[in-house]
Amino acid sequence: MSSDNKKVLFGPVVDNNPIALQVLGVCSALAVTSSMANALVMSVAVMLVTAFSNLFISIIRNQIPSSVRIIVQMAIIASLVIVVDQVLKAFSYQLSKELSVYIGLIITNCIVMGRAEAFAMKEKPGVSFLDGIGNGLGYGAVLMVVAFFRELFGFGTLFGIEILQLTQNGGWYQGNGLLVLPFSSFFIIGLTIWAIRQWKPEQVEED
Amino acid sequence: MEHYLSIFIKTIFIENMALSFFLGMCTFLAVSKKVSTAIGLGVAVVVVLGLAVPANQVIYQAILAPGALDGMMGITDPANSIDLSFLSFITFIGVIAALVQILEMILDKYFPALYQALGIFLPLITVNCAIFGAVSFMVAKNLTLGESVVYGIGSGVGWMLAIVLMAGLREKMKYSDVPAGLKGLGITFITAGLMAFGFLSFGGISL
Repeated sequence: MSSDNKKVLFGPVVDNNPIALQVLGVCSALAVTSSMANALVMSVAVMLVTAFSNLFISIIRNQIPSSVRIIVQMAIIASLVIVVDQVLKAFSYQLSKELSVYIGLIITNCIVMGRAEAFAMKEKPGVSFLDGIGNGLGYGAVLMVVAFFRELFGFGTLFGIEILQLTQNGGWYQGNGLLVLPFSSFFIIGLTIWAIRQWKPEQVEED
Repeated sequence: MEHYLSIFIKTIFIENMALSFFLGMCTFLAVSKKVSTAIGLGVAVVVVLGLAVPANQVIYQAILAPGALDGMMGITDPANSIDLSFLSFITFIGVIAALVQILEMILDKYFPALYQALGIFLPLITVNCAIFGAVSFMVAKNLTLGESVVYGIGSGVGWMLAIVLMAGLREKMKYSDVPAGLKGLGITFITAGLMAFGFLSFGGISL
């Protein structure tokens, strides 16, 4: 794989992370991170939708009139999300109930729209597809970090497997009630951003 | 009347779009640097939500809901009942995009001053997940037309309240000494977390 492709694929994970730097796709990052399993399904769904919407939009990018491009992009993204939603409903109904409206909200997830507008409208299909996968990975990485802390210290489990035995089950660990609540992901993402920017000081904002 | 009032209060404080459901977070975090722009965006969101939720309610109940078309098509056998609800995502996003476009034209023609003030925010609203989220919740809650008007306006006002409060805090925060890595996005996330914590205290109220 050429170094350019590698940069497109892995750049968004840390150097140009969609959540931590581009401020895209924050909504779902907060609501679905109470367990690793939910976060994983959501990341995979977003990655697939971003990759394929980038691919299809890039294929027809020279045919889309610029005045109606938003609606064309929306139609492609919405169709892909419907596919994801129907597949989830068919094969994992319980999970689709838990994720409820947040699967539908992938349509308005700014990562998908933002990458379509910023990348797929200008670049060739193959590299656009990689860009979609890469941004999905960056989004997934943040989601998994947040879900890891929330599930481990809130419920004492990882992917539903008991790691720290809770006091109510006769163990020693007292679950952290704050991390069970959805807004705790604000703090975890805020601190993650701080950690990334200590490591990569060029991302620090001036005001 | 009391019923509508309680929905209104509930959507503003208890089920606040931004701080309880974390919808519209991308714009909430990105466009909350100044109070004046926050108010402009907030007004636009109230207007679009007040129109989009009832419009989609009518379309959903008349066309997309399971069995809605049976009367018109003369279908009496429940086994042949038409269920178009899988089309709801693509329909909703189309209606929202069209409404925003129409609103933009009307404002441009009849209220140029307001159009100038809202400027770039109007097209951005199409991809604001608060709009799409409110429409999805409307379907999930099975609201009537009257309720959906109140629900739409109420969730808009709640979102506006949240973003204006956030902008007020960020204007003051300019004068505080924030660690370099937390500047900008990081501290905004943590502030939003604390605000959501505050809004949690409305949670126990039942109307």
